[in-house]
Order: sequence, then C-alpha cells, then structure tokens
Amino acid sequence: MTTPDHRDQLIFELSTPGRKGYSLPAHDVPPAPLEGAVPDGLLRAGLEGFPEMTEVGLVRHFTRLSTWNYGVDTGMYPLGSCTMKYNPKVNEAAARMSGFADLHPLAPDEVAQGALAVMHAVAGMLGEITGLPAVSLQPAAGAHGELTGMLMIRQHLVTRDGNPRKLVLIPDSAHGTNPASAHFCGYEVREIKSCARGNLSVSALAEAMTPDVAALMLTNPNTLGMFEDEICDAARIVHDKGGLVYCDGANMNALIGKARPGDFGMDIMHLNLHKTFSTPHGGGGPGSGPVVAIKAFEPYLPTPVVTPTRDGMRLDYDRPLSIGRVKAFQGNFGMIIRAYAYIRSLGPEGIRQTAENAVLNANYVRARLRGTYEVPYDRLNMHEVIFSDHKQNEYGVTTLDIAKRLIDLGFHPPTIYFPLIVHGALMVEPTESEGLDELDRFVDAMVQIAEEARTTPELLKKAPTTTRRSRFDEATAARKPILRWKPGV
Amino acid sequence: MLEVIGVPSIDALFEPVPAAVRLQRELDLPPALSEPDLTAHLGALAGQNAAPSTVASFLGAGAYRHFAPSFIDQLLLRSEFYTAYTPYQPEIAQGTLQAVFEFQTLVSALMGTDLANASMYDGSTAMAEAAMMACRLTKRDRIVVAHSVHPHYREVLKTYARNLGLAIVEVGYQADGTVDRGQFAAAAKGAAGVIIQYPNFFGVIEDPRTTVEIARAVGALSVAVVTEPVAMGLLAPPGSLGVDIVAAELQAFGVPVGYGGPYCGVIAASEKCMRQMPGRFVGMATDTEGRTGFVLTLATREQHIRREKATSNICTNSGLMALAATMFMAAYGKAGLPELARLNFDKAHYAKTAIVEAAAKAGARLRFAAPFFNEFVVGGLGDAAAVQKRLLGSGLIAGLPLGRYYPELSDSLLVCATELNRAEDIDRLANALAG
Repeated sequence: MTTPDHRDQLIFELSTPGRKGYSLPAHDVPPAPLEGAVPDGLLRAGLEGFPEMTEVGLVRHFTRLSTWNYGVDTGMYPLGSCTMKYNPKVNEAAARMSGFADLHPLAPDEVAQGALAVMHAVAGMLGEITGLPAVSLQPAAGAHGELTGMLMIRQHLVTRDGNPRKLVLIPDSAHGTNPASAHFCGYEVREIKSCARGNLSVSALAEAMTPDVAALMLTNPNTLGMFEDEICDAARIVHDKGGLVYCDGANMNALIGKARPGDFGMDIMHLNLHKTFSTPHGGGGPGSGPVVAIKAFEPYLPTPVVTPTRDGMRLDYDRPLSIGRVKAFQGNFGMIIRAYAYIRSLGPEGIRQTAENAVLNANYVRARLRGTYEVPYDRLNMHEVIFSDHKQNEYGVTTLDIAKRLIDLGFHPPTIYFPLIVHGALMVEPTESEGLDELDRFVDAMVQIAEEARTTPELLKKAPTTTRRSRFDEATAARKPILRWKPGV
Repeated sequence: MLEVIGVPSIDALFEPVPAAVRLQRELDLPPALSEPDLTAHLGALAGQNAAPSTVASFLGAGAYRHFAPSFIDQLLLRSEFYTAYTPYQPEIAQGTLQAVFEFQTLVSALMGTDLANASMYDGSTAMAEAAMMACRLTKRDRIVVAHSVHPHYREVLKTYARNLGLAIVEVGYQADGTVDRGQFAAAAKGAAGVIIQYPNFFGVIEDPRTTVEIARAVGALSVAVVTEPVAMGLLAPPGSLGVDIVAAELQAFGVPVGYGGPYCGVIAASEKCMRQMPGRFVGMATDTEGRTGFVLTLATREQHIRREKATSNICTNSGLMALAATMFMAAYGKAGLPELARLNFDKAHYAKTAIVEAAAKAGARLRFAAPFFNEFVVGGLGDAAAVQKRLLGSGLIAGLPLGRYYPELSDSLLVCATELNRAEDIDRLANALAG
C-alpha cells in the first residue's frame, strides 16, 4: 500500500529533519537546572514519531486535506436527524473575541460577568423556547445531555420515593444513544414497538408502563419525522404511574416557536446546540447538549449553576441535591456564545420561521419524490422525510448505491439505514437553509438516480466515481485494524 | 411549494401537532439584532471579562494558555473542516479522516501507547470512561483514585459511577504532594483500576511507575490522567512506563481556554484495551481501486450499532479540537515541543523562586517539596481567596485558591506559569504577594 504521490502523503512522510514551523517567546528567565528537579528515569529521551515541518508545509498539507471534505458551505447536506443547517459566520467571530476565547474557566466571577451574563441569558432563552425553565448548559453533546437528564430523573425518583425504579421504555425508532445513555444511568431498557403509522403505540406503552418504569424516553418529532400526535396521552399514561418523560431534542428544529415540549407533557429534554441552534458540527464535534427541565427538577441540575445575585452573576456550587458534575468547568462555552448570537440574530419571528421553513422544505421534498421513491409513511411530516429503496430493489439497487451516486451528482447523501425500523431508509432533512432552487436540484438528482437505477444500475454500483477515493473495504479495515501510522505501512 | 404539497397554508403543515399544544403567541425572546448591532453587543459583553490585554493570569489547574501559531485558527476556519459532519461517508470526508488518523498517531507517540481514539468530550469525561473501561476489562467494580487528581475530574467520575454499582475510593497525598504510596497499595486490592494524574493537580510530577507496580501486583489496570500535555515534551511518556490507559485533556494544544470548552479529551491505551475502548476510531482502508484511505472503524463497539450494549453512549466528540491539537503537535513537532516544555519548566521555576524569596516575610512558602512542571502550590498566605481578590485590583489573577477543593489548603494558591507569562509579570506577582 505505497503512496507514490506526495500529495497523498501523511504528515509523517512529509517530515524532513531540521525543519521548523514554530517560534517561541523570548527566554526571559534563567534556565532552571533539570538535575534533581525531575525524578530519576522520568526525563524524556526524545519525541520519536513527531514530524518536523515548515509552516508553509503544514499549511499546504492541511489545506489539501480540507479540499477532500464536503461541508455545509460546499453544498446541500440533507443528513436526516443531524440538522446540517448553515453556520452563520458572525457566530465564529463572536466566539473568537478575546474576552470570551481567552477567559480562563476558573477566573473569579467578578472578572467573568460578561460570560456569565451570556450563559444566564441562553439558559433563559432555551427555557422559554421549550417551556422547561430549569436549565444546565454543562453537557458537552446530545448523548451527554441524555445521560445528564436521565441522571436527574433518577435523582428525582430517589428523592421523591427513595426508589430509582428499574426500567426505561424506548421506542424502536430511537437513536442508539438513547438506550446507551439509559444503560449508563443504571437502567434496563425495554423497547416499545412503533405502530403502523410510524408513531409510538399508546396501547403498547400503556401495557409496558408498570410501577417499575422510571421513564419513557422518546424523540418528538420522532426519527421518522412524524410528530407524536398522541404525545399528551402518552405523557399522562406515564405520569399516572409515577414515571417521567424524557424527550430527545435532536429534532427540535421542527418545533421552535411553534410548540413547546413543556406544554405537551415532557419533563426533561436535551437540546443540540450543534443542530437546532446553528453551531458547527466540526467534522464530529464539538457539540453542546444543554438540558432543560420542569421547575421541580431545578435542585438536581449539575453544579455549578449561574445565579443572579445582588453582586452580579455568580456560579452557585452549594446544591446538595445536585446530580454532581458531568464535565469539568462550565460546559462548551464557545458553543453557547454561538447559540446566543444565533438566537439574538433571529429574534422570536426568525426562530418561528426557522421551524416553518424547515417543515415546508421537508414536505416539499416528500411531495416531489413520492412517486419516484417509496414513502413508508406518506402523510404530512415535520422537518425530515423518510424514503426507502423498495422500488429500486427491483433493479438490484440499494440505499447505499443511491447515497453514493448522490455524491457524484454533488450532494451529501441523506442519513441511510436509519431508523432501523424502515428497510433501506433514506432520511432526508433539507433544513430551512436551502432555497427552492437548491431543493429542486436535489429532487432532480434523486429522480435522475431512480431513472439510472432502472436503465444503468451498474453506474450506481460503481459510485462514487468523481471522488479522490471510491468505496472502501470497510470489513477488512475492521477485521485488521490499522489505527496509527508506522514507517513502512 | 404549498401547492405541490397540497396544503393551503404554512399553518396547515403543523396540523399533526395537536391544536391544544400549538403555541398561539410569539416566543418571549429579545427582538432580532442586525449583524453590526449584534457584534457591538457581544463586544460589550466580552469587554466585561478578564482578557490577557488587561489582566496577567497565573491560572492553570486543567486549562492552560499557550501560544498557538496563527495558521492553526485560520485553517480551523476552512469551512470544509468545520461545517462537515462526522465522517460517515468516507469518500467525501478523507480530509477529516486523515487528520484524525494523524491525531491518533501523534497522541499514541506522545503518550507512548499502542493506540489512541478519535477524541472524547474533555479530560474529565475521558477519565470517567477510562475507569468504566477498566471495570469492563477486569470484570471488577472498584476504582482507586488519588486525591491529587483534578477535583472536577473526580466529581465527574463519581457522577458517572454512582448508579453503576462502582465504588470509588480516594487516597490522600503525602507531605511532599505525591500520592501516599502505602495507602494507595492498600486500597488497590481487588480494584479494577488505579488512577493518578501526571503531573498531578498540584503540578507535582507523580511517578507513574509507582501506580504501574501497585496495579500489576493486584491485577488492576493503571490509569494516568494528563491535563497538561505540554509536560510530555519533558517527561517520559506514561505508556512507555507501563501505564495501561491514559486519559488526557489536550486543550493546551492549540485550543483556547475559552471559559471551559470546547476542549479535547482523548483516551490512549495499550492494544489489549482496543475492543473495549469508548468513542470512535479511524482506521486505514483500501478502496475498490486498491488506493489507501481512511474510514471510521471498529464501530461494533458503538451505540448506533450496539445500543444499550455499547462501550459508551458517546456520539459527537471533539473532532475540530482534535484537528487543532493535530496541527499544534505537528507545528511544534519533534524539536519544538521539548523546547516549549523546557520554557514552561523554566518560567514556573523562576516564578517559584521569585515568589518564595519576595514573599517569605509575608509567610509565603512552597507547599510541596516534590518536583513540579509548570505549576506549584504556594502556602502560608492566610486566606488565599482573599489574597486572590486583593490582587485582582492590581490586574493580577494570582492563581487558584485551593480551599474550595482542599479545605486543608485554604491558605494556598495553585500558581501556573507558561511561556506566555512574562518575567516582569511574574516579578509583579511576587511583589504583590509580598505586600
């Protein structure tokens, strides 16, 4: 597996002894003797494996890598459930202001009032948007928010009854993080089958809802892009038996300004600032997963909590019923500023229009493609729509082929093979960022692919052909993992 | 568009939402701001915070200010990097994937381990996940952790462990600031993992070999936490000393202190941990034309495949921060990182001498005698929190008062000096502590 072209080389192969890409500040203090100042045997001999590069060499290398990527700024990114909306540039500028970027997390509250004010304001705004006023900004991502929220449910049950209960009910359409998060809070997971309409089966829920059940954990709109229209009944069933309802807020982009989870019986949820509130996904993070909850859950929030006092904003650590810390320091503050800038840019009307346009765009894509691809749940959807490869299977073409062919036609593929309950699912979430012209181009590409599936399926099987690399042998990669570079690999 | 959909209005699109719970008013949020007004507003808020231009800070304690070459942030703003999602479609994500592969390679080399994952949220959650991994690997349920590990990290560990039936035992530190070896060995019997920090929370250079010996003697896994990775330019890497798992925070490598996040956690470990590791891995692969490239791999450990049986619930991690750390490690490189570490060591030792000499009459003294890297504890200050408050008036954040975390150290400040603390500011701090 040699790579003859230097443009394909790893940074280690580009290294040349003696090259230098850094400069250090003046050495304005005397050198301190190392002898006796570092325990015997703990002095490092050298940094084997580290490269030596010039700055221009580094810049070209990483610039080249960037050109092998596709981002929201490259084009439409209809990745269902991930809400790949446009990331406004002013947010990046805001997070880089020295007063924010260079503020140490343990700086005394007196000299962090601006940062604390942003955190307090974002907490208030997220509380208003969801109707759930007890807020923690500490969780670092969605799954981390789930863990935090489930720990708070557990703490509430222990405080109320002295018994955390044993089970968490989760619909079969849920993200994998939901059962994993419940498990890491010490709960056993019971799956609930969705009904034929793609919604939570209220009768199945009623049957499963025993006094052993701590919570129902669901996503609304669900991962099929459907609003759970019996959500109020579902919440009542759970509450009547003393359980709580956790809402996964991954799909909140459909609802902001239109409906509030606190108004339809949700007790606690997380939000993904990197989905609904426009903070960039960064090629796999960082995210931010604030938790919002009913007022009664306030005592359980992770410590510390930003609290206004007569002397300004303070971090309050004295919270005896808190679940404790879930992360060092105050959370992903850089993401919190970006979300603040986003909400302040849009205002209440802009927030509402975001949901309206997101839902409009997804329904438009469904309406235009419903004759071409199977729509397993063909009725009004919310911010995303699910297609399947059922019609294309006839020609031996699968969802993977459709997704890869979309790459050749200039689009990032939708989320594929999720939710698991739809065979060959293609989950399309256009977001509000796309205009009609771009949606039409996407629809045209999907129609072209359906035609190609019929006439030239081999074209799809080979796709993508326009990229630097074609499909990979992922099975071998997993069977014989190579997880780091070594000379001669 | 509405016509194509077949509905009369936008409101009709929301009919699946029961009318009773549809919001009948606008949200109570502040009105929209234009970009210039928003920028001015944010500038005013940022101006209320301590910035390096107005305040000389000696805070470290798990978040370190170092010089990041300008090109790093400019490349982080390449939007093909920062507006991309997790690289699930490898053909159009080779940039992210190769960068993560380089990250995994660099972190493994830095820590002296067989492998490293694609990043975690931060160091504190990396440590909690490392502890849970040690429990899975040993099928035991007790973790021993030194009291000289970052207090926030220990709090996070307790939060994670509480409902999983895992017992957390803390062992104290000796008069010189290192972990109490006798207590540590006694507590380790039957443990899944034993955890120290290297250098520890007090800046003291803990000897990982102690932990390795203690762990090996009882069949436990040794875990080293690293919160100041610049120290690895000077100190022997934990993996080469026999440490099984390293849980690290790489914020120091090109990520701003940013009031606490986003940062860059990572777990580096020996080969035997591979199938139980949390988080993502990037691996080398071959495409249909035989060309080398990179893919996400070993996904059968992860939540989207294994659901409640996954090794962790983590999904989104710290991809962009890992890219920053990769560029930082590559920029300083083989010669620069040791040089940077040495400069930090010199600055901190100069600061120690300056403070102890200038402020001895005021009672200040070095609290722990054991060797340290770029931070150290100054004791004998009376009410250290009050001292910190007093010095704020002189444009100094003198360090971290330790009383909140260690009541017995309420007379002490944890003082950090990096290459960015100028000698004149260090002198100013020493004199201010004396007065």
